[in-house]
Amino acid sequence: MKTASGRSAARVLFLILIVGLWEFAIRAAHIPTYVIPAPSEVWNRLSLGFQQGFLLEYTRVTAVEIVLGYLVGVILGFGIAVLIVQYFAVDFFLYPIIISINAVPKIAISPLLIIWVGTGLESKVLIAALTAFFPLLVSVVTGLRLVEISQVRLMRAAGATKWQVFRMVALPNALPTIFGGLQVAIVLSVIGAVVGEFVGASSGLGYYILFANARLDTASMFAGFVLLALIGTFLSQAVVRTGRKVVFWREIDKMAQV
Amino acid sequence: MTQNSEPVNYVGIKNLTVTYQPKKGSPVEALQDFSLDISKGEFVSVVGASGCGKSTLLNVVGGLLGATGGEVLLDGTPVRGPRRDVGIVFQSPVLLPWLTVLSNALLVPKIQRLDKEKHKARALELLEMVGLSGYEDKYPSELSGGMQQRVSVVRALVADPALLLMDEPFGALDALTREQLNVDLQNIWMKTGKTIIFITHSVTEAVFLGSRVVVMGTRPGRLLEDISIDLSHPRLLSGMSSPEFGKYSDRVRDLLGVGPVSNENSAAAKHL
Repeated sequence: MKTASGRSAARVLFLILIVGLWEFAIRAAHIPTYVIPAPSEVWNRLSLGFQQGFLLEYTRVTAVEIVLGYLVGVILGFGIAVLIVQYFAVDFFLYPIIISINAVPKIAISPLLIIWVGTGLESKVLIAALTAFFPLLVSVVTGLRLVEISQVRLMRAAGATKWQVFRMVALPNALPTIFGGLQVAIVLSVIGAVVGEFVGASSGLGYYILFANARLDTASMFAGFVLLALIGTFLSQAVVRTGRKVVFWREIDKMAQV
Repeated sequence: MTQNSEPVNYVGIKNLTVTYQPKKGSPVEALQDFSLDISKGEFVSVVGASGCGKSTLLNVVGGLLGATGGEVLLDGTPVRGPRRDVGIVFQSPVLLPWLTVLSNALLVPKIQRLDKEKHKARALELLEMVGLSGYEDKYPSELSGGMQQRVSVVRALVADPALLLMDEPFGALDALTREQLNVDLQNIWMKTGKTIIFITHSVTEAVFLGSRVVVMGTRPGRLLEDISIDLSHPRLLSGMSSPEFGKYSDRVRDLLGVGPVSNENSAAAKHL
C-alpha cells in the first residue's frame, strides 16, 4: 500500500470485489432485472450501445453540454463575483437578486428555457451554466473577501492601485477557495445538463436514461448512470489536478510542515 | 540651495495629533501634540509601552493613516498618502506565499512599474548582504521566520527609498535571531546611509541600534524624551554590557517606569 501503483491496485481490487458481490447477490436472491440489474446485464447494454455507436454519440453530446455549460457558468460567475467584491452598488443591489433567483430550483426554470432557446444544445448549456454559476460565484466572493489585511496594507504602502491589489494579492489568496467552488460547480454542471435533457432532448445520456426508464429497461438506465459517473469523475479529477498545479504553494506549505 | 534660512530636516513631525473614534465610547487620543525632527541618515529608535501610539506614528509617517491635527513633512513636502521614497517593514514579514524570495523582494518595483533588470541586480545584492544568497528561488514557507523577515527588509530597500520605517520588525523572533538581525540591520544602515525610524518594545534593541532613542509615554501617546546615543559605530553586541550602554538603557527604563533591575518586558508585556 506504500506505492502509488500499489494503492491503485488495492482500489481496483476492492471495486471488483463490490461488483462481484453485487452480481452474486442479484443471482442468489433472484431479484428481477427491472428492479436492480446485475452488473453483467449493465455491461451487456454498454457494449451493445458502443457497438451500435449511439452510446458514444450520447456520451459525446452530454459531455459537450457539461463542459460548455461549466465554462459559461464559471466565466459569468467569476465576472459577476469580481464586480460584487469591487463595487459596493453591485453587491448592494444585484447580489440579493441573484441569491433570490438561485433559490428557484433550476428544474423549475428549465421548461421555460426550452421554450426560449429550443431543445437543442443551447438549452442544456444554459441550464448547466445556471447550475454551475452560483456555487462558483459564492466561492469567488468568499475567497476574494478572505484577503489578508496585512497583505493589502503592504500593497497600499507601496502605492498599489485597487486593481493591483486585486490581481497581485486578493486573487491569488482566493484561488484555494475558488478551486473548491470549481469542484462543486463541475459536478453540478453534470446535473444541470441531465436536467436539461430530461425536460426536452432528442440525444444525450439523460435522454437515454429517460427513454430506458419508459421501457422499464433498468439495465440501460444503469449503463447511463455508469457513463455519467465516469464523465463526472474524470472532469472533477481534472479540476482537482489543475487546482493542485495552480495553487502550488499550498503543497509547498504542506511539505514544509512535515 | 534652500531658500529657507532654517535648516531643513528630512523628516519633520509637527504637533501631530491622532484621535480614534472607537465604535463605542469616547474618542481615544493615540498621539497628542507630538513633534520630532529627524535629519538625513539618522537611525531613530522609538520605544514605548503598548498603547503609546508608536505604530500610529509610523502609519502616519508612512501615509497609511491620516492625522487629526498637525502634519508630517518629508523632504519638505507634506505626507498625504503612501510615497515612493518610503519603505516599510511590518511586524510580520507578510511575504506573498505564491512568489519566490526574489519575486517577493521585487514586489515594490513591480507595483511601481520600475525598471526590472536594474532592481533585480539590486535585490540580489541586498539578499547577499543579509546572507540569503542561493535562496532566490525558494518560497517563503521554506524559510525560517528570521529569514522571512530578512526578505521583507530587502523588499523594503529594493526601490531605494530614502526613509525606512520599521514597525517592531524583530519582535516575533527568538532572542538569538533577533540579535543577529540587529547586527545585520546596523550593517545595512551603515552601508546604505538610509534614514531609519525603528519602532520597538525592546530597550536594548533601541539603544543598540539608535543614533537617537525617542521615548514615548502612554495615554495619550506623547514624547517623553529624545536621547542622543553617543556610542560609536559599528556597535558590537558585547558593547551591550558596557557602562555607557547600561547608563542609556537605565535612563530609557526610568522614563518608561521600569526599574533598572527588573525585566524590560514587564512594561511591554501586553502586546497591543
